[in-house]
Amino acid sequence: MAYIPHTKADRREMLATIGVSTIDELFREIPANLRLAPGSLDLPPALDESRLLTHLRELSERNLDSGKLTCFLGAGIYDRFVPATVGAVLSRGEFLTAYTPYQPELSQGYLQSIFEFQSLISELYGMDLANASMYDGATALAEAAIMAHGINGRSTIYVSEAVHPHFRQVLDTYCWPVDLKVRLLPAPEGRTDYSAIEGDAAAVLVQYPNFFGVIENLEAARDATRRAGATFVVCADPIAMAVLRPPGEFDADIVVGEGQPMGVAMGFGGPLVGLFACKSEYVRRIPGRIVGRTTDGHGAPGYVMTLRTREQDIRREKATSNICTNEALMALACTVYLEALGKNGLRQVAETTVRNTSYAAKVLTAAGAKLRFADRVFGEFVIDLPIDARAVQKKLITKGILAGLPLGPYYKGMDQSLLVAVTETRTRSEIDAYAQALKEVLA
Amino acid sequence: MNVPSDLKYTASHEWVRVEGDTATIGITDYAQTELGDIVYVDLPNVGRSLAAGESLGSVESVKTVSDIYAPLGGEVVDVNPALGAQSELLNGDPYGKGYLLKIRIQNPIEVEALHDAAAYTAIIS
Amino acid sequence: MIQTPKLVKRPDLIFDLSREGRVGANVPVADTPEVDLTTELGELRKELHLPEVGELDVLRHFTALSHVNYGIETGFYPLGSCTMKYNPRINERTAGLAGFAGLHPMQPADTVPGALELLMRVQEILCELSGFEYVTLQPLAGAHGELTCLMLIRAYHESRGEGASRNVILVPDSAHGTNPASAARCGYQVRSIPTDSAGNTDLDALAKGLDDSVAGLMLTNPSTLGLFEPNIAKICEMVHAAGAQVFCDGANMNAMVGTTRPGDHGFDCMHLNLHKTFSTPHGGGGPGCGAIGVKAHLEPFLPVPVVRRGVSQSVELDEHRPHSIGRVSAYYGQFLMEVRAYTYLLAYGKEYMSDISRHAVLNANYVMARLKDVLPAAFDRPCMHECVLTAEHYKKEHGVRALDISKRLIDYGFHPPTNYFPLIVHEAIMIEPTETETKQTLDAFCDALIAICGEAVAHPHLLHQAPTSQIVGRLDETAAVKNLDVRWRPSVMPPKVEAGK
Repeated sequence: MAYIPHTKADRREMLATIGVSTIDELFREIPANLRLAPGSLDLPPALDESRLLTHLRELSERNLDSGKLTCFLGAGIYDRFVPATVGAVLSRGEFLTAYTPYQPELSQGYLQSIFEFQSLISELYGMDLANASMYDGATALAEAAIMAHGINGRSTIYVSEAVHPHFRQVLDTYCWPVDLKVRLLPAPEGRTDYSAIEGDAAAVLVQYPNFFGVIENLEAARDATRRAGATFVVCADPIAMAVLRPPGEFDADIVVGEGQPMGVAMGFGGPLVGLFACKSEYVRRIPGRIVGRTTDGHGAPGYVMTLRTREQDIRREKATSNICTNEALMALACTVYLEALGKNGLRQVAETTVRNTSYAAKVLTAAGAKLRFADRVFGEFVIDLPIDARAVQKKLITKGILAGLPLGPYYKGMDQSLLVAVTETRTRSEIDAYAQALKEVLA
Repeated sequence: MNVPSDLKYTASHEWVRVEGDTATIGITDYAQTELGDIVYVDLPNVGRSLAAGESLGSVESVKTVSDIYAPLGGEVVDVNPALGAQSELLNGDPYGKGYLLKIRIQNPIEVEALHDAAAYTAIIS
Repeated sequence: MIQTPKLVKRPDLIFDLSREGRVGANVPVADTPEVDLTTELGELRKELHLPEVGELDVLRHFTALSHVNYGIETGFYPLGSCTMKYNPRINERTAGLAGFAGLHPMQPADTVPGALELLMRVQEILCELSGFEYVTLQPLAGAHGELTCLMLIRAYHESRGEGASRNVILVPDSAHGTNPASAARCGYQVRSIPTDSAGNTDLDALAKGLDDSVAGLMLTNPSTLGLFEPNIAKICEMVHAAGAQVFCDGANMNAMVGTTRPGDHGFDCMHLNLHKTFSTPHGGGGPGCGAIGVKAHLEPFLPVPVVRRGVSQSVELDEHRPHSIGRVSAYYGQFLMEVRAYTYLLAYGKEYMSDISRHAVLNANYVMARLKDVLPAAFDRPCMHECVLTAEHYKKEHGVRALDISKRLIDYGFHPPTNYFPLIVHEAIMIEPTETETKQTLDAFCDALIAICGEAVAHPHLLHQAPTSQIVGRLDETAAVKNLDVRWRPSVMPPKVEAGK
């Protein structure tokens, strides 16, 4: 077994140095009735590397991936362009197999890349600072709600129903054991209505663009939040930030997001990468790791994890979060993505998204769909169909198209609604094929 | 280790200077040595009422956090304004410019429960 | 053998390499009609200060950064409690297969039978290895798994009408910081239980601490001292008799894989770190991968959806779980990490699985034996997969701390071991070699430590000044806090923020 290099001679010499005759003796403190004989568990047989690959390949080929179904499904995870440079960098062993940079002298590579990541995310969101990443956008949003409670001591979290349904479920789960109440703000026309916000509001949480693709009015959100004296939290799509005014320009207190669209595979939903940014006055309350710039004893510049006393290993039960491991490798993917695309590439991705989305809306409505919401969208929109959206999706899968997300399971009265995403990787002919197929299905 | 004889002390390494009904409170030279470079101090606001033994805030170095405990009960009347920008005063001058706060003493009898310099010196040896 | 100083160019910040007009990727070109962005989107963003760097320069930038970063593929990591074992490269190939990487988590379940089958098999294998009846892969990291288990425990007590009264979690004083932090996140107060002088949980203190306000005990086994808890069955009995639940922090599973099972010890639930025990790469701090195992009485509360086999043995998603705690993450967990873990588990299979713990424990005891004359073990017992040594003698007699020894190891070409954890051992040095290191590597490491301990006595300044062989020496961490500088700023002022009404 190539991963365990010990020879018989190695074992013999090592046991002699230790002063025992067998490895079994080293387990003598485990009660005999709890010890298993080697090989006694019911496990599948070991596979050599060649057979491993064959087996995994066979399992993978049972799935209809984005090569087999043209992807018009978004809803928080997007089939976006990933430049080849991302994989090239991530596969370097110095990055892939590195530990957390607790020993900065050996980790300047990662620490500097995290500093760059923090800078890029801060800039993208228009915020003072960002951390080194969270697990995903959903838990980042939940942590933001808890941080808001820490800031103002209040206990009610207002979240728009136009925030991703799964994110809201995670929020509910996180708030339950710490006695934070979650109240839903309706979005009847696809845009959040803030009139229901009452006293004891800790935070107002909105998504931008929202789950329906609609560009929320952040001025209205900010004003309602300030009137209530609450913390203003925005969950913002990072790609949209290339063209929309970022939440920082609307005085957001905390901005979170899902970084998957920036260089991370869809991967059936994991690993992802949570983004977290905030105003500098809240820096001591922020969860997760932060890297700072400093110098060594000779004045050479260097990077180091800082503000460590917020974290669990030092602060323990009073830590700003229990988070330890984050998504460093995926944050590196985002860093490579943003540095490769840069200002010009990211703008082009966003603009192409807008062009493709606009074109798709036109041809799909010509094919028999109806745009549900009148408001401006980025990257995604909701269409209403004459029949159940799940039935339409099923038929379109047989035509090689993943049409979108049927909204019936998530929103009352939307059984015939479909959330359609059109990224920069979709071509005109793919969009035309979708419209043609839809026409046939609806005929 | 500097243990001024004119001050009172707690076993949790706070010192007290009693002047009339006002007590000035800080952390001892021993405490600041153990903590290392102090980078941040979290203190209560003026007006807050404290009970003897209650945690009133914390002192942080790069890798540690230590709670500060009120040696006496009373109302906070002053919080050292210099510590925000110059936390290093706690290391350099813990009994003078690096004081933490002042309180109006509620129960003067609590002063008697504090250690004198000799007793505190014995504790830290 | 001491390293020579590295002649490496200090990497530039990407922002300093930026030149207007450059781009580092041939992004997709639109072939749909042009539109007016303002009409489509409303008011547009004006400034976007992202770098503009050509593609080759982007690659050179990251190559330069990689040259000043250490990984398992660079050298040995003796980090206690981290299980820095080899991350098999075949796992990268299987995780990169389009049929896994190109799947959307919200596409219909009947379009992804292979993915669901993989998740189910990982769950089944982990059940068998851990001794628990059910496994979920939804938690995204170890601490996340801990929190999930605590939530299950809370839900369990709430279902029995004792949710409010049982509001305390017992945590040993040797526990990893995530334990009390997770307990606090689950609305619990933390009560500390001391470790006795033999390195075991103090049973008398536990008995005293167990009242009906206790919801559960969090225990790491083997402990963070690298020692197996010989009274584990008794401890679980005591906790159950008090009406509480026992959680196993599975960080040290590497000592147990194929040799013993926490489920058999009496635990009610456990978390596993797939990025430790099951080789998924650490990636500089994450992704983690936090599976949890639970006994049947906790199954009703599992996060939704539950991945399980249906009547026909095909895998289905059970979304209708009325007692579920809800979702702890947005989708199914760290799926592509599960692919890696699955590949790893099959590489070992029935034949080789127990070799993991057997050789991990062999390696740790070997290191402990080789170092016993210079760095005594904190406890005079066989260790499991990691050993805790103390450098207290060097601090007392020579003014040299565990930290200094660690920094000097860098000059000998090794990543330092874990220092100052667990908190209950003074000047702790915790070493976990893992089973994937050769005797030669361990000998080189031990020889280096022995030499350094000699230096500590004869030339302590060499340790205090260490490391001198890297691109930076010890960094001013005080300044890093006081002069907080956590991002690059463009020289152009950002637009004025509207504070609103």
